[in-house]
Amino acid sequence: MQALYAQLLVGLINGSFYALLSLGLAVIFGMLNIINFAHGALYMMGAFCAYFLLNLTGIGYWWALIIAPVAVGIFGMILERTMLQWLAGLDHLYGLLLTFGIALIVQGVFQNYFGSSGLPYAIPDYPEIGGFRGLQGGMNLGFMFLPIYRGWVVVFSLVVCLATWFLIEKTRLGAYLRAATENPTLVRAFGINVPRMITLTYGLGVGLAALAGVLSAPINQVRPLMGADLIIVVFAVVVIGGMGSIMGSIITGFALGVIEGLTKYFYPEASNTVVFVLMVLVLLVKPTGLTGRAA
Amino acid sequence: MPDLKMAETAAKPASAEVLSVSDLQAWYGESHILHGINFNVKAGEVVTLLGRNGAGKTTTLKSVMGIIGKRSGSIRFNGTDITRASSDRIARLGIAFCPEERGIFASLDVRENLLLPPVVRSGGLSLDQIFELFPNLKERLNSQGTKLSGGEQQMLAIARILRTGARFLMLDEPTEGLAPVIIQQIGHTIARLKSEGFTILLVEQNFRFASTVADRYYIVEHGKVIDGFANSELSANMDKLHTYLGV
Repeated sequence: MQALYAQLLVGLINGSFYALLSLGLAVIFGMLNIINFAHGALYMMGAFCAYFLLNLTGIGYWWALIIAPVAVGIFGMILERTMLQWLAGLDHLYGLLLTFGIALIVQGVFQNYFGSSGLPYAIPDYPEIGGFRGLQGGMNLGFMFLPIYRGWVVVFSLVVCLATWFLIEKTRLGAYLRAATENPTLVRAFGINVPRMITLTYGLGVGLAALAGVLSAPINQVRPLMGADLIIVVFAVVVIGGMGSIMGSIITGFALGVIEGLTKYFYPEASNTVVFVLMVLVLLVKPTGLTGRAA
Repeated sequence: MPDLKMAETAAKPASAEVLSVSDLQAWYGESHILHGINFNVKAGEVVTLLGRNGAGKTTTLKSVMGIIGKRSGSIRFNGTDITRASSDRIARLGIAFCPEERGIFASLDVRENLLLPPVVRSGGLSLDQIFELFPNLKERLNSQGTKLSGGEQQMLAIARILRTGARFLMLDEPTEGLAPVIIQQIGHTIARLKSEGFTILLVEQNFRFASTVADRYYIVEHGKVIDGFANSELSANMDKLHTYLGV
């Protein structure tokens, strides 16, 4: 039973990353109509940003959670202003090729300087509260041992996902965003600066990816190809969930992480392929994905 | 202060041109749609562009709104040249647009649709005033925007631009496809808005409806304004009008 819970937890952790990344992809696709293949590279940049902050300036994990998403988000907005914006109105293929190219370049540069092995990033050991040293250590829940950092990642990711959902589905700003996804021309004709909104949306999606990168650094180490490995599964998640819905991508992200975890327990041989098998099944039955709208 | 206000009013007489369009040309990609449109709208007027399908009426409104990519000539709004301005800037200068397809957003509920266009200046209608004009909307606030009937969607499309404080409204075929009783309600609304000092540029196929609200008409054909007359000259121009519109 212990092993089952452990795999369930691993599943939830992976699900957190899937959810944060596919959420960003869905937001970006809705607004920019671009399938952002650079997402994995930007996730990796988030982790590296945390690594640089710690090792070059001594700025620790908690500040990195804020600084890295903002910094990588700004990098994303520069990409959007200088390159992606010119693809508006063109076929998806162009955006896919451009962002794929950006991903290869970014990953190549990091690989050139840091090789392919992982750089360590320690779990924060501050602040000390009631016997706990930051997020280090763990606690015995009775039925399993829970490493605190892993529990933190799941809870914090869930909070960030729900906050993003709230922002988009329940606020005034979100209404602009949803409306501009449907009919940018008319929203602009109401006096809203849609191009600026598009840039900020890309920044938001990229920032979520970078945040996932920071969260993952203490668990998976910091590697130039950490995003390249993850993004393939994330795209399968997006295909299964469908691009149309925010809540859809959150739920699908977590659910597929859990399914993967359970598969690791019950039939480990299939754990690396189960997501892709599900993707094929969903594509056969409902090509727009479980929650997606027809394009 | 009262003196100052009077001076302002005197400086801007009721007949001041709010919108003046001259030699407006516009293109959709390679196709040249407008070939020199000339007309003007004075403060407080309801002006209607009439013409057959495809004559360029909608393109004219869209060009004024800045949403046709390629345009030339001159468009001036309250003295400001907006020929090359972006549509968000034009909107913030006080022009509000209600498109032919109504543009109700499916992913927004009625309340969100209503509150979507940002307020560009003070003096817009309050929500209470809007619900007084369109009582139906108040009962449907939580419905999905596109679940409304065609008439309710049209009311919503007009209602949301009344909140913004824009005093110049462009309505593209607001009666298209609607039941007579709804058309009547929209007619009353336009008359009411006019009496409250709004300036309205209307595009209509429904000439009988237009004649109940308009002060002046322009006839658009093949991307040009070929004629224009006031409502008082309507009966004298009936024959010509039948020829133009082919009715």
